[in-house]
Amino acid sequence: MRKRSSIAWHRRLGNVLMIGLCVAALGLAVGVLLLVLGYVVSEGAGSLNPAFFTQTPRPVGETGGGMANAIVGTLILVAIAVSIGLPIGVGAGVYLAEYGRSRLATVVRFVSDVLTGIPSITIGLFAYGLLVVPLRSFSAIAGGFALGVIMLPVIARTTEEAVRLVPDAIREGALALGIPRWKTLVTIVLPTAIGGIVTGAILAVARVAGETAPLLFTAFGNQFWISSIRQPIAALPLQIFVYAISPYDDWHRQAWAGSLVLVGLVLLLSLGVRVAVRRRALGG
Amino acid sequence: MIAPTSGSPRHILTVDERRVALSKASTGRAADRVVAKLFWLCAVCILLLVLAIALMTVVQSWPSLTRFGIGFLFTQTWDPVAGHFGALPFIYGTLVTSVVALLVGGPVGLGAAIALSEFTRGSLRDLLSSLVELLAAIPSVVYGLWGIFVLAPILRQTVEPALRESLGFIPLFTGPAYGVGMLAGGLILAIMILPTIAAVSRDVLRAVPVDQREAMLALGATRWETIRGAVIPYARTGIVGGIILGLGRALGETMAVTMVIGNRPAVSASLFAPGYTLASVIANEFSEAATDLHLAALVEIGLVLLGVTVVVNAIARVLVWQIKRPDRPSAAAGNVVR
Repeated sequence: MRKRSSIAWHRRLGNVLMIGLCVAALGLAVGVLLLVLGYVVSEGAGSLNPAFFTQTPRPVGETGGGMANAIVGTLILVAIAVSIGLPIGVGAGVYLAEYGRSRLATVVRFVSDVLTGIPSITIGLFAYGLLVVPLRSFSAIAGGFALGVIMLPVIARTTEEAVRLVPDAIREGALALGIPRWKTLVTIVLPTAIGGIVTGAILAVARVAGETAPLLFTAFGNQFWISSIRQPIAALPLQIFVYAISPYDDWHRQAWAGSLVLVGLVLLLSLGVRVAVRRRALGG
Repeated sequence: MIAPTSGSPRHILTVDERRVALSKASTGRAADRVVAKLFWLCAVCILLLVLAIALMTVVQSWPSLTRFGIGFLFTQTWDPVAGHFGALPFIYGTLVTSVVALLVGGPVGLGAAIALSEFTRGSLRDLLSSLVELLAAIPSVVYGLWGIFVLAPILRQTVEPALRESLGFIPLFTGPAYGVGMLAGGLILAIMILPTIAAVSRDVLRAVPVDQREAMLALGATRWETIRGAVIPYARTGIVGGIILGLGRALGETMAVTMVIGNRPAVSASLFAPGYTLASVIANEFSEAATDLHLAALVEIGLVLLGVTVVVNAIARVLVWQIKRPDRPSAAAGNVVR
């Protein structure tokens, strides 16, 4: 048997060098993450105060104020998005998993993957043409619709995976007892898969909550509270964008504070899901 | 209901046969047909939606499409006041920033994927994988904010002067250092596509059979020689797919780039110069466009963007699907990453 030391020096050097580079690349990726998060936390924490969560933006020139209306706006937009994206997405996912042996299913799978890759700004253009032009106003409905379209393929594919994981024996057992297929699906298969479906929905929410581009000319933004979802509505990412590119120091501080809240919200959702999934995987 | 197919009583249905039998089970009931139709409708909804997006974009951009024709793609003038519109500066800016992003983010993402799949294990791998994937969870606008106040000043004061000193003979690294510009846009994009490339590559590398590695090691190869000679070639299609997925994301990314690229519709050789991308010009000008032609021209830019990203994503999906069949549970990972 040859000893390891008999390997030529240049091969050993190449080995160490390339492994080192790969590990360095991983270090760089994690380092950038920590760098970005570190700035958001350190810059944002100093600017967070109770007013940020309770007040609306002040006019130009006055310091203070907060993003309360933008935080609520984001929640409203996400709620509209979920009410559109969740039912259709789950329905499509169930179709793909349960009836998905046809050519149509392959096409739908492919198209929904492609839809995931369509730039969010073009989905904003679509929502503008479909809802803003006919309703003659920027509105929360249009913004929520755009976000719902973005959620749709994510929810569909994660639902498909979750339903697919339900063992066939459960379906067969139910069918053998004479329970109709649809009842088997609704009362047995879906409840079994609910964990995975919820996980997918939360990941989709985490993704759209930070979206800015599709809201620019749908939700549009608003400095005030709204009384109807047919009006333009403020959103946290939009407000961060407007404040970040403004020339005022006080607005920059608020943009960092807003980023901290937004990143906190998004990371809480995605980390929470990760932990829950891992715990379930370990349990099962 | 589910009857075993003909043959000996000991005939055991394969998983696939059971699935087929299940999908045909009790299709006779009216309620079953209605429910199946409902789910079918949801699936068809996705198809119709994508068609509607394409159709709406064409209809909205019609005035510009008919007015400028194919020349729209090759014209450098963008003058909303005079009504002259050409997309060339935006196509150029999008290509330059995406290439920078791939050149920087590609190797780093692939390296990180190799390190995750080959040199870490257990809970350390889980932790590091999650951290790399978290890069994808940070909203675009937050990267933009970080780019304006952290990355751009570093580029202006340190990186760009240093590049000009050492590599100034190449036109790419000449001219005044603004900080904001195509280099900043490309670097921000590199960070944003890194998790996509890393996660997809890691998954396809993990899908390479262990035998493949053992055989090469048994021949006396070093770890790296094994990876280069036996692992990467096996996973090549999927890795290329992951990189193209990253490209798709870079092409369509809007906010972060808009905030750091400088937004000037010009074609300049230097990476330090301000530029403009397809997505950023829509973001900046759409809600302020005064004329119908300006609006239509912006939507036509959206149409260009849509066409390019659909083609790029379709290619990427086909490549990744070849490695990770969609019916395998591991394919779910591809959906988590944007």
